[in-house]
Amino acid sequence: MIELTNVHKSFGKVEVLKGITASVEKGEVVCVIGPSGSGKSTILRCINGLESYDSGDILVEGARVDRNAPSIVAIRTQVSMVFQRFNLFPHRTALENVIEGPVYVKKEPRAEALERGRALLAQVGLAEKADSYPPQLSGGQQQRVAIARALAMQPKAILFDEPTSALDPELVGDVLSVMRRLADDGMTMVVVTHEMGFAGDVADRVLFIDGGVIVEQGPAKSVLNQPQHARTQDFLRRVLHPL
Amino acid sequence: MQAFWRDATEFLPILMSGVALTVIVTIGSLLLSTALGLVWALMRVSGIGIFSGFSAGLINVIRGIPIIVMLFYLYFVMPELGLTLTALEAAILGLGIAYSAYQAENFRAGIEAIDKGQIEAAQAIGMGWWQTMRRVVLPQAIKIVLPPYGNIMIMMLKDSSQASTITVAELALQGKLIASSTFKNTSVFTLVALMYLTMSIPLILLVRHFEKRAGHK
Repeated sequence: MIELTNVHKSFGKVEVLKGITASVEKGEVVCVIGPSGSGKSTILRCINGLESYDSGDILVEGARVDRNAPSIVAIRTQVSMVFQRFNLFPHRTALENVIEGPVYVKKEPRAEALERGRALLAQVGLAEKADSYPPQLSGGQQQRVAIARALAMQPKAILFDEPTSALDPELVGDVLSVMRRLADDGMTMVVVTHEMGFAGDVADRVLFIDGGVIVEQGPAKSVLNQPQHARTQDFLRRVLHPL
Repeated sequence: MQAFWRDATEFLPILMSGVALTVIVTIGSLLLSTALGLVWALMRVSGIGIFSGFSAGLINVIRGIPIIVMLFYLYFVMPELGLTLTALEAAILGLGIAYSAYQAENFRAGIEAIDKGQIEAAQAIGMGWWQTMRRVVLPQAIKIVLPPYGNIMIMMLKDSSQASTITVAELALQGKLIASSTFKNTSVFTLVALMYLTMSIPLILLVRHFEKRAGHK
């Protein structure tokens, strides 16, 4: 469903992606792990065209991602994104945030979008917050609204860019459990995360990225429990046993 | 003091006709400068080289020319180039263009203050540039832009008096005409000053209201 072939990307003189080749199948949950600055987020941002890439190919359901082509709109409505810092629209209520894309991009009838928007907010456990504005919500609540906003586009896949990194520790669980339910329902997900527990329990596959290359990838359990590569072993040891 | 009140009742009706023109010039140039300023600002942030370059250059040219020269140019020079404007039209056009530069810089500051994440979130749900501006960026930028916008309104009200230099018989010119024919300088210009002040007070209150609201959220 998502295919990356030899993707290169530089910011000025710094090459952040040095030939990434990977694919995500329909219904698969892929967690991307790796140190800060390794290029994890950049991969996600290239997939839905928030960043351009210099060479290689990214295909979403066979369509090439090109952020300057008109086709990018169709790709973005199929591949939603959830951001580290939520990026909810602060001047609109939770429900208005959720229906913004369906009504103003996909031109769905408002009544229909509202009905589904309420159902989605209920699904993420925030039915009673429909009329609250984002600044009135906790970080965990805001991120769950953001997930509902992503779902409202009825996407074929959702990209999560460190969805719990900006949250207070006690709020992480609510967001992860919403994500776990999505995975159980068969949603295709690419998750950049530092939550190794989530990766181990929910992910089908894990990619370990360091220095702009995929160092190691495979079934979640084997990458996390029996990493083959020295850099993976070193990274996991630091993350799992920081002291 | 008694003399002042007697003069006031005598001159007020004439001065009021000046007030009407002052209001027309102010509102006209406010609308024009807002519209033009928004266009310049959007061009400036469009990310398209020619547009942002043109807008940046234009803003500097406009800012570098005194309002009074701009008015003279429109009223005295344009007829030679085949475009004859009435004094009122020239005043509104000149002040509108002159102030569009300040409006544009204010709007740009407001737009650029919006978190980049907002724009990315809008793009990520498939919005184009214009829709992102209209639905996401501008509604948030308005709150930031309003307090300085209010100040610009007050400045425009006062600068509308420059229209007197091209024969628009607004408040300042009416005052000058009465003063030079009656020699009652003190009464007349005190009245004129008080009338400008009276017109600014609602605007000052409006600015204060904007600032309170901006500080709220």
